[in-house]
Amino acid sequence: MVDDLAARFEHTVASEARIEPRDWMPDGYRRTLIRQIAQHAHSEIIGMQPEGNWISRAPSLRRKAILLAKVQDEAGHGLYLYAATETLGADRGELTEKLIDGKQKYSSIFNYPTLTFADMGVIGWLVDGAAICNQVPLCRTSYGPYARAMIRICKEESFHQRQGYELLMTMMRGTQAQRDMVQDAVDRWWWPSLMMFGPPDEESSNTEQSMAWRIKRNTNDELRQKYVDMSMPQAAKLGVTFPDPELKWNPERGHHDFGQPDWEEFWQVVGGHGPCNSQRVAHRRKAHEDGAWVREAAAAHAAKARRSQEGVA
Amino acid sequence: MSTSWPLWEVFVRGKRGLNHVHVGSLHAPDAEMAVRNARDVYTRRNEGVSIWVVPAEAITASSPDEKDPFFEPSGDKVYRHPTFYAIPEDVPHL
Ligand SMILES: [Fe+2]
Ligand SMILES: [Fe+2]
Repeated sequence: MVDDLAARFEHTVASEARIEPRDWMPDGYRRTLIRQIAQHAHSEIIGMQPEGNWISRAPSLRRKAILLAKVQDEAGHGLYLYAATETLGADRGELTEKLIDGKQKYSSIFNYPTLTFADMGVIGWLVDGAAICNQVPLCRTSYGPYARAMIRICKEESFHQRQGYELLMTMMRGTQAQRDMVQDAVDRWWWPSLMMFGPPDEESSNTEQSMAWRIKRNTNDELRQKYVDMSMPQAAKLGVTFPDPELKWNPERGHHDFGQPDWEEFWQVVGGHGPCNSQRVAHRRKAHEDGAWVREAAAAHAAKARRSQEGVA
Repeated sequence: MSTSWPLWEVFVRGKRGLNHVHVGSLHAPDAEMAVRNARDVYTRRNEGVSIWVVPAEAITASSPDEKDPFFEPSGDKVYRHPTFYAIPEDVPHL
């Protein structure tokens, strides 16, 4: 019987059809998906903090409105993804507990500080850009609710990247000090952005099985290469450089050659020792705990309204 | 610690003339809050003109294991599809 179900699952995946919540699936597939989607959801939610940091100090009402809308989108992305994990039997409350207890991870990029307003532009351009590179192939991931969440997210991400690039173009037309600020932000965010694709393929333990299940559609190194190739002309047009002396076009490969990020630093940050790890998690914990009375009051209000409705009927 | 609000399934009518389509789910304490939250989560860019929320537990679904027999009645009624009928090509507007 299980063989039958397994065969049907394999066939569905192999034929590029989607697995849906009520279908039979291997335990490992379910576990891998819950871990990956939860980690992704946590990243969206924690990712609100570095930018939220600048909402009250945005230089104009226009920039403030844009930044607010972007941060609100990231909250929405987190919710789409938590909803997808729940179709697999996960509990959103539990996932939040795991995040604030440090038992589940989020993207290491959000453990870096946002020092100037130029960081708002560079995050939109490079960080959301890397996220898009990662996420576009996930619109074809084998689990239906995850793929559908990714389609919604990708539609919204394009606004995120474009507002960032536009912000940087504006600053580059400004004073020398503003141009320097942009270059400084690019220098700080370039390597962490490359790390967003995860460790090199030979060190990535989960890739092979995830590719076989068509959860993942490209390897880390493939996506990283694509990202570098896409970013180069954008940097040239903007008038900034990336802090990598090895970065150059290789006509034989038809791709850019580039240096490796400091993987030692990557593992340090993943392990909880980045510049902002404890601050990010503490902030999320505080927001969650401070909101407890609201959740309880709303539930009490709903219960009371139900009771009085039943009383009347 | 995790006082869990009930789960609601959200359906959005994209524009007049279309059906409500399932777009996802969310937690909310009651129907009114579910509609408000659905507006903020699923229609930030004019994706809809009308929202339905349904308690997830109120939905009865066919099970995938029954799939074949359950959907069979439509499988053997090909005459329900317009392509079942051969019409000469020179008959317009049909
Ligand atoms: Fe996002
Ligand atoms: Fe984004």
